[in-house]
Amino acid sequence: MSERITKDMARNIYFGGGIFAILIFVGLAFDSVHQIPKLSHTENITKSVVAGKKIWENNDCVGCHTLLGEGAYYAPELGNVFQRLGSSDETTFKAYMQGWMAAQPLNIPDRRKMPQFHLTPEQVNDLADFLIWTSKVNTQQWPPNIQG
Amino acid sequence: MKYSSQMVAKPYFIFALMLLAGEILFGLTMSIQYIYGDFAFPAIPFNVLRMVHVNLLIVLLLFGFMGSTYYLIPEEAERELWSPLLAKITFWVFLIAGVATILGYLLVPYAELAKLTMNDLWPTMGREFLEQPTITKIGIVFVVLSYLLNVTMTVLKGRKTTISIILLTGLFGLAFFFLFAFYVPDNLVMDKFFWWFVVHLWVEATWELILGALLAFVLVKLTGVDREHIDKWLYLIIAMTLIAGLAGTGHHFFFMGAPGYWLWIGSIASAAEPIPFFLMILFAYNMIKNRRIQDDNKMALTWAKGTAVVGFLGAGVWGFLHTLAPINYYTHGTQLTAAHGHLAFFGAYVMIIFTMISYAMPILRGRPHGNSAKAQKVERASFWLMVIGMIGLTLALTVAGVMQIEMQRIPDSAHAMVFMEVQAKITPVYIVRSLFGVMTLLGLLTYFYSFFVKDDKKVA
Repeated sequence: MSERITKDMARNIYFGGGIFAILIFVGLAFDSVHQIPKLSHTENITKSVVAGKKIWENNDCVGCHTLLGEGAYYAPELGNVFQRLGSSDETTFKAYMQGWMAAQPLNIPDRRKMPQFHLTPEQVNDLADFLIWTSKVNTQQWPPNIQG
Repeated sequence: MKYSSQMVAKPYFIFALMLLAGEILFGLTMSIQYIYGDFAFPAIPFNVLRMVHVNLLIVLLLFGFMGSTYYLIPEEAERELWSPLLAKITFWVFLIAGVATILGYLLVPYAELAKLTMNDLWPTMGREFLEQPTITKIGIVFVVLSYLLNVTMTVLKGRKTTISIILLTGLFGLAFFFLFAFYVPDNLVMDKFFWWFVVHLWVEATWELILGALLAFVLVKLTGVDREHIDKWLYLIIAMTLIAGLAGTGHHFFFMGAPGYWLWIGSIASAAEPIPFFLMILFAYNMIKNRRIQDDNKMALTWAKGTAVVGFLGAGVWGFLHTLAPINYYTHGTQLTAAHGHLAFFGAYVMIIFTMISYAMPILRGRPHGNSAKAQKVERASFWLMVIGMIGLTLALTVAGVMQIEMQRIPDSAHAMVFMEVQAKITPVYIVRSLFGVMTLLGLLTYFYSFFVKDDKKVA
């Protein structure tokens, strides 16, 4: 097949196809940036959610957990942890989070260990708010079930 | 060696290989933590091990690309490197910054490192693969800029070939897309969206241009096929890379809050992403079949064929396995993703670095006809140990992923098993994975040993 294609033709396919692909991608990216605020409910990002995201980042939580399916695969998905362990109730979830974060690392031999991060109750509250906000992002019905 | 400034490539190659050894050691440690959660805990928690594991990979590939470029560009441009001194300075700056960052990960808790490096001034830390403190990221920008300056000036002042222009295009793309690492919006979805501009547009777009150019260079040198022919193949490969790979970014936008049309566009475009890798196999085997010279460095050709085949398997086949949205709905964020990541990075990128090292190092060490037959025999053993080790651990991770999907993802909420219970059931498979990891490490040690095999004075 390649015998019939000359170097000039191949170069034209590269430039033509490449520019076409860039235009399509940039166009769709612009549209996505326009739609993401609605799909993620940007209006609900409070100071506490922003602070919670910082805590998530500064402790490299994504180094063990996935969040909306992205991250490491060592520990459970947290995009829907609000529904799974907090029964979609803020008070329940926050109480759970305070207890859970304080109890780490669990003293169960050979179980995978979560470090103690020494967060203040206020920081845990922010982190919980961040996870609650995340759980409400429109993810096209992912994950398939409550186990994430 | 035609130009003395090509010699600057040598420390880059050696350091890249040392980093690879580190990467594998940290990977093995993680794999043991997967089985015994208390192993090395709390001294090094899993997230720190992983941070080191993936950062070493990125840095070793950058060192590998830089070494390869410094070797290739003078020969393509038919002149000495613009500034060998700058290349040497860049090496040491990058080395010191890299080592300091890794030590930072290991010696203080990550939150402490964020504080020490004043992350609050311009927060960029704590995102997968981009864990480096902001100051390190700025350092990387300077290192890459000085490298680009050096390479661009050499090309501008010398002969311009298709290979060198495409390599430069890839490198400029690499530099440009890294800048998105500095954009961290408060909206997690927006953050993730642009994070993929670095990660995907590196490994599934710009780096493929670099890979194609390096492979083409080695094939020109080892087969003697004329450039018209080689260049044509190279253009076709990178054309398919861009056509499939750019819109293919959409396969990461399925379930993280981006618009629904990505389910279609990402699926269709990325379904074509194996094509450039398949073309690379045809390319390598065709050129070798039509070769006009018999080079004594047989191992360089073996690595060239190997990177084409294993790159196709890891990036192409294992990528395609879960790239369609209806399938990815169940596989997203499972061990299957890890399986694909391991074989793709190894086959496409680590192996092209091995190809360049195996081609260039003997020449840099004063052996224009390649290493002795005895040394090449040892190297061939190392090739198979590493390739089988990596394919083995990928298969183990694939089994782990399928088990995870079966128990955790497919049943409904009332019947699905809890993550940690599923992981406990997968433990035997994780043991197999570790054993193949050990095999890969033995392969790398054998490769190191091949450097020290004495020349038996016989030309093969």
